[in-house]
Amino acid sequence: MAFSANLEMVDSEARITLDGELDAAVAEQFRQAIEQAAQQKPQKLVLFMNTLSFMASAGLRVLVFAKQRMGSEVAVYVIGATGPVLNTLQMSGFHQAVYIQENYP
Amino acid sequence: MDTRIDFYPTHQQQGYKLRPGRAFPFGATLVPGGVNFAICSRHATSCTLVLFEKGAPAPLAEISFPDSFRVGNTWCMVVFDLDYERIEYGYRMDGPCDPAAGHRFDRSKILLDPYAKAIGGREVWGEPPDWNDPYPHRARLIFEDFDWEDDRPLEKPLEDLVIYELHTRSFTRHPSAGVKHPGTYAGLMAKIPYLKELGINCVELMPIFEFDEFENSRPNPVTGETMYNYWGYSTVGFFAPKTGYAATGPFGMQVDEFKNLVKELHRNGIEVLLDVVFNHTAEGNEQGPTLSFRGIDNQTYYMLTPEGYYFNFSGCGNTLNCNNPVVRMMVLDCLRYWAAEYHIDGFRFDLAAILGRDPWGAPLSNPPLLESLAFDPILAKCKLIAEAWDAGGLYQVGSFPAYGRWAEWNGKYRDDIRRFLKGDEGMVPVLAERIQGSPDLYGWNKRGPTASINFITCHDGFTLYDQFAYNDKHNEANGEQNRDGGNDNHSWNCGVEGETDDPEVNALRRRMIKNALAILLMSHGVPMILMGDEVGRTKRGNNNTYCHDNDLNWFDWTLLERNADLFNFTRQMIALRETHALLRARDFFGTGPTQSDIIWHGTQAWNADWSPGSRTLAFMLRERQAGQGGNTSPVLYMALNSYWDALPFELPELPINYRWHLFANTALPTPHDIYEPGHEAPLEQFQHSFLVGGRSIVILIGHP
Repeated sequence: MAFSANLEMVDSEARITLDGELDAAVAEQFRQAIEQAAQQKPQKLVLFMNTLSFMASAGLRVLVFAKQRMGSEVAVYVIGATGPVLNTLQMSGFHQAVYIQENYP
Repeated sequence: MDTRIDFYPTHQQQGYKLRPGRAFPFGATLVPGGVNFAICSRHATSCTLVLFEKGAPAPLAEISFPDSFRVGNTWCMVVFDLDYERIEYGYRMDGPCDPAAGHRFDRSKILLDPYAKAIGGREVWGEPPDWNDPYPHRARLIFEDFDWEDDRPLEKPLEDLVIYELHTRSFTRHPSAGVKHPGTYAGLMAKIPYLKELGINCVELMPIFEFDEFENSRPNPVTGETMYNYWGYSTVGFFAPKTGYAATGPFGMQVDEFKNLVKELHRNGIEVLLDVVFNHTAEGNEQGPTLSFRGIDNQTYYMLTPEGYYFNFSGCGNTLNCNNPVVRMMVLDCLRYWAAEYHIDGFRFDLAAILGRDPWGAPLSNPPLLESLAFDPILAKCKLIAEAWDAGGLYQVGSFPAYGRWAEWNGKYRDDIRRFLKGDEGMVPVLAERIQGSPDLYGWNKRGPTASINFITCHDGFTLYDQFAYNDKHNEANGEQNRDGGNDNHSWNCGVEGETDDPEVNALRRRMIKNALAILLMSHGVPMILMGDEVGRTKRGNNNTYCHDNDLNWFDWTLLERNADLFNFTRQMIALRETHALLRARDFFGTGPTQSDIIWHGTQAWNADWSPGSRTLAFMLRERQAGQGGNTSPVLYMALNSYWDALPFELPELPINYRWHLFANTALPTPHDIYEPGHEAPLEQFQHSFLVGGRSIVILIGHP
């Protein structure tokens, strides 16, 4: 399934919508989106994962990178993660580093 | 990652940009713009890096190390622009194939890096592999970016530990476990609340280094079910967690999942010990597969006979040459890696006596490896625990080279307590030694009770329930005509071999289990409980279930409800130990700064019966100043009766204003068998004498 990572800036929030399957082949796209977001110096990073169906190790690595790249001042939200993606976040412990919510205002 | 200006490619091969690498550290290390590969072999004549796309049957590229990339016996090379997430790597080594001289180089084999930090090929437990894969266990690259937050090893004092030995898959594989990911690190994590409720503060995980469950796998001759290398005492990769134990293994996140497990256990006050197997590898003997060490430098890694055959001190075909300096360095690097990168709290060394043998098998008086581990600055706070014997007959319980650091699985504790419990004669004097932390074994060289890891059962042998349900082993399901497994079980079936409906026999078995747990948790030294013994887990009389991926090994969680009294008894005994520092001594009585005493009694107060025919003993633990000058510290008393009839025990007199309270009486049915510490039942009538039931134990607490 094709993957996409779309960045949108809303005020001081960087919002990235992830869609499809996030594996090693496409992780670089996600990383670039994080880089672009970081350059905007957002106060909050919001990752929408409602339509992300799968995440491999490469995807988790980019999430860790995102957390580190943004710095401790920037809160990272993961929205709408379900099924295997949510499991992955929980089993790897990444859920402790971010705010996980079903919906985002 | 910043790219240094001086870190540029200098060579090219098949389109891959290269430069001479760094000799340290060994293994594959991410460096700016690339990966540094370093591997050593004393006898190889050339080395080739073999790259694969993940899971691909044929190599993506084979890059030979230019001669100028060799430093001493180490080949090192940086390969630039590799997609870390998508490749697997191995090596080909060229050199002499002269088995009589100890060399078994075979260029046709693709070899696993001994320092591989993640290994593919067995991502899903029990999923049959491609037997024709030229590279069955595949080294992968990992990022070390796990967010530990403020976690660090807990560094609990050894005397405070209550160890729980468990098998990761077995703990939650049974359908009754009710976890989302059965049989995995994630499954174990979901059961942390259970471990907390039980009160243990340390888990000892049976091997979690990458192993091959299909090693020697075969159909069960009776059921047809596949029998595996289930327990995992046969290491493929010493630096990599078992991928098949990770629910996220198929996604390549086993490292994250295992680290998360360690972090969560720590967050709940539970230390993590790893059972490590450095005595042999998965390559077996001359007939075994060439996976790694054999093809990299056979003569260095293995103990060999003068004819070039493998010494077999492990009983598993080969013996790792641990006191060769190169192998010693690998072992040290490995443990440092687990301590530093995985925050592991300590290690239990399988068949550790082997680690004290020289390259020709002779025991060393000052084994360099054991000394190095004892004094290593990175391992300085790690627990080091030896299984102080090997399959070659070297038995070092009480004499393992300790360097002030090493503790031992106390096999004599196991045997002596078993024999006392079943009613053998002549056991009372040694029982007294074992209860005190075995000063007869560890007092002579100034080791304390913490040198003794006390256990009555472990993964080898019967479970505690089976200890009192079987006189003999019943290993037919292992397919070896009941020849395997030990015969020195010191068990007693309480009158009926195996399962029975006889309520008296079942009540006696239950009582015997409680007796065992009570002695274990009242003894000085460090108690270790085998997974499931707290709920009466059975292996149906099989004392060597190394090969079964079924309910012979799985923890049946319905036992928690069926044997709730056993669980509660264990929980309260652990809580008692936690409550009373008297039970957690660092020094033997009469040594060190201890201000407490142990006083021996028998059926007569102050007069223990040490004669060969005696089956009774009682003792009192107290602070020396108890009852004096406002010191109201409690006094603990334990009466042990392994005689078959009830016997009155005269109680020693307590300080003024103190009264005896009943904490535990294994002769009574639940809920009167044990009380919560601090809520013991006051004894109204029995302040001077107490009738202790046949084959029963009583624990009293004296306080104002």
